[in-house]
Amino acid sequence: MSFDLSSLTDSLNTEFPGAVKTIIEYRGETTLVVLKEKVSEICRSLKDDFGFTFLADLTAVDYLEVKTPRYEVVYHVHRFGPEFDENIRIRLKAEVEGKEPTIDSVTPVWSGADWLEREVYDMFGIEFTGHPDLRRILMPDDYEPFPLRKDFDVRNREASKRSFEKELERGTE
Amino acid sequence: MGVNSTPLLGGDGFITTTIESFANWGRKNSLWPMPFGTACCAIEMMGVFASRFDLSRFGAEVARFSPRQADLMIVSGTITYKMASVCRRIYDQMPEPKWVIAMGSCTCGGGPFDSYAVVQGIDEFLPVDVYVGGCPPRPEAVIDAVMKIQKKIELQGAPVV
Amino acid sequence: MERVEFISEESVLDTETGARTETMMLNMGPQHPATHGVLRVVLHLDGEVVVKAIPHIGYLHRGIEKLCEHITYQMCLPYTDRMDYLASICNNIGFILSVEKLLGIEDEIPERAKTAEVILFELGRIESHLVGIGTNALDLGAMSAFLYCFKERERIYDILETVCGARLTTSYPRVGGLPLDLPDDFEEKVRNFLRIFPKTLTEVDKLLTRNRIWIERTKGIAFISAEDAIDLGLTGPALRGSGVPYDVRKAMPYLGYENYDFEVPVATDGDAYSRFLCRLEEMNQSLKIIEQALDNLPDGPYAADLPDVVLPKKELTYTKMESLIRHFVLVYEGFKPPAGEVQHAVENPKGELSYYLVSDGSGKPYRMRVRGPSFVNMQALPQMVKGSLVADVIAAIGSLDIVLGEIDR
Repeated sequence: MSFDLSSLTDSLNTEFPGAVKTIIEYRGETTLVVLKEKVSEICRSLKDDFGFTFLADLTAVDYLEVKTPRYEVVYHVHRFGPEFDENIRIRLKAEVEGKEPTIDSVTPVWSGADWLEREVYDMFGIEFTGHPDLRRILMPDDYEPFPLRKDFDVRNREASKRSFEKELERGTE
Repeated sequence: MGVNSTPLLGGDGFITTTIESFANWGRKNSLWPMPFGTACCAIEMMGVFASRFDLSRFGAEVARFSPRQADLMIVSGTITYKMASVCRRIYDQMPEPKWVIAMGSCTCGGGPFDSYAVVQGIDEFLPVDVYVGGCPPRPEAVIDAVMKIQKKIELQGAPVV
Repeated sequence: MERVEFISEESVLDTETGARTETMMLNMGPQHPATHGVLRVVLHLDGEVVVKAIPHIGYLHRGIEKLCEHITYQMCLPYTDRMDYLASICNNIGFILSVEKLLGIEDEIPERAKTAEVILFELGRIESHLVGIGTNALDLGAMSAFLYCFKERERIYDILETVCGARLTTSYPRVGGLPLDLPDDFEEKVRNFLRIFPKTLTEVDKLLTRNRIWIERTKGIAFISAEDAIDLGLTGPALRGSGVPYDVRKAMPYLGYENYDFEVPVATDGDAYSRFLCRLEEMNQSLKIIEQALDNLPDGPYAADLPDVVLPKKELTYTKMESLIRHFVLVYEGFKPPAGEVQHAVENPKGELSYYLVSDGSGKPYRMRVRGPSFVNMQALPQMVKGSLVADVIAAIGSLDIVLGEIDR
């Protein structure tokens, strides 16, 4: 099974017009910047039609004051080859604007996206519509800020302390 | 404690002591640690209990995972604010008298994690008896800390000369 | 006297007997000896059968990804130690490789450094699998296997200690090669280990593989099918135990793994026992790799000749003005990779560990994302334990071989 990137992008573009915005090749890795509104359908197509059955990673990057839209949600999708050297991995990026950031969830496509999306929500505050259980995962439930945003100071322990004290009072009751 | 085994007294000898120092003597040689391991230091703590370093030589091998049965809490590993309330509650559940070892830089003062989630030293919410530095400290250092606790127990309540 | 009845909203009425029943909630952790750290699992039980298991994580979230945005690439290295602390050296090498990819200097790394890294990487794998098997056995009541495993770990610690001075948190390799040459007795020590270790491996094998109790406790327990495993994104022994032969060392080779002769062990049953068998065989394969690497360990430079990236040698820093200035600049500002982003994956003992680095052209990473294998593997727990007994939850957690430092980061 050989892999042809241009046929993949062509097919995606005919199915969803304007789906692939840009293709970046860097250090031997392929990045497709895709249309945010269509991300769930694109992923579905990648999985069903092109065999990308494995979601290697899902994360986000905050480009505050660097560029707009502010966030990028990054997907690393992987296709197992029949032979070891035929494995293919590509990166998808979807740009999400800064005010009330939302994007479609890909949990229906890969159930492994569940915790990864929860982590992105926890750290960046990006809402995933269609996610079955979008709660904080690493920080306490009553924690307010989103720590990995660029406008959050790494040493800001106020919110953590507040939730700790609340928890302590609850324990001594 | 004073030991007397003069033949005048029948040869078997006797020991003079106070109840307190007798109890302390027993306590110090049969510490029941409660390993509160969270991170990297917990692995070194397992090393302390395992084959090579073998903490049983100091009478402290009965690791109790229930705080109700323990008298020495070894806090090893980073304590985050989310974990801190759990840590405090477990400390509160331990019966008196109790001692705490803060093992590793993270428990002593946050270590390398000067971040939004990490408590900068467990003495923010717990009384600590012995601090052990290192990231993670070597098992010998932990054994030394246990010996310091033993020393502390031995001297507890002893008259000040 | 008036009868007061308390009826829980969640209770279900049994129409035959007229009795009301409800599931019991059991909270396991975050301070529990069998959860391998600070994992908390809330179990909903019907009698002794698990109806639902909800893992709660984050009790060890230390903000490593955020902290790394404020320091130079080289300074990020010690943080990677403290993620998967059972195999720190593998994390280190993974991070170094991704920075080298970001800089585009992979081809300039000398062979000696690469071969040494392969040896250390495989030692790390053995180290981690020993804990994985040892603690899994300990949780299920087999104390002696744990002691045997820890005895061997101490030997690996000794090797690491001669190499870098630390037992657990190594922080050893550097971008561009090794900070110092390997010690003179390195080869002898590793050969010694290669001679002794197979004996212990046989002992562990004898103690567990055909042990009736061990088989009863792990066979058919914590089952996950190949399709589900791929769908959930499992990697490492958790995936190979279900029959999927995916190994990053073969699929996307790094450090010249394509030149080594080794097999990827795969078991097909998808249960805790299969995962145990995979780990056991992987240690054998690691020994094979170490042996080949030792035979081919070349002499020569141990760090790349890249003045903009690699720190000058210590004696030059103390004697030459230019070296001192270079040292100063590299420590204070760090090297500056061109703007861009890379992802690099390595096959950690627990699965695929990948770093996603975004550079904005400055000396600090704009974003460092760590995809820890344990984090993703942990998602399989609810599915694995559904419908099994409470005691099997312990077997399931142990067989996933998670490490909380990497789950929470």
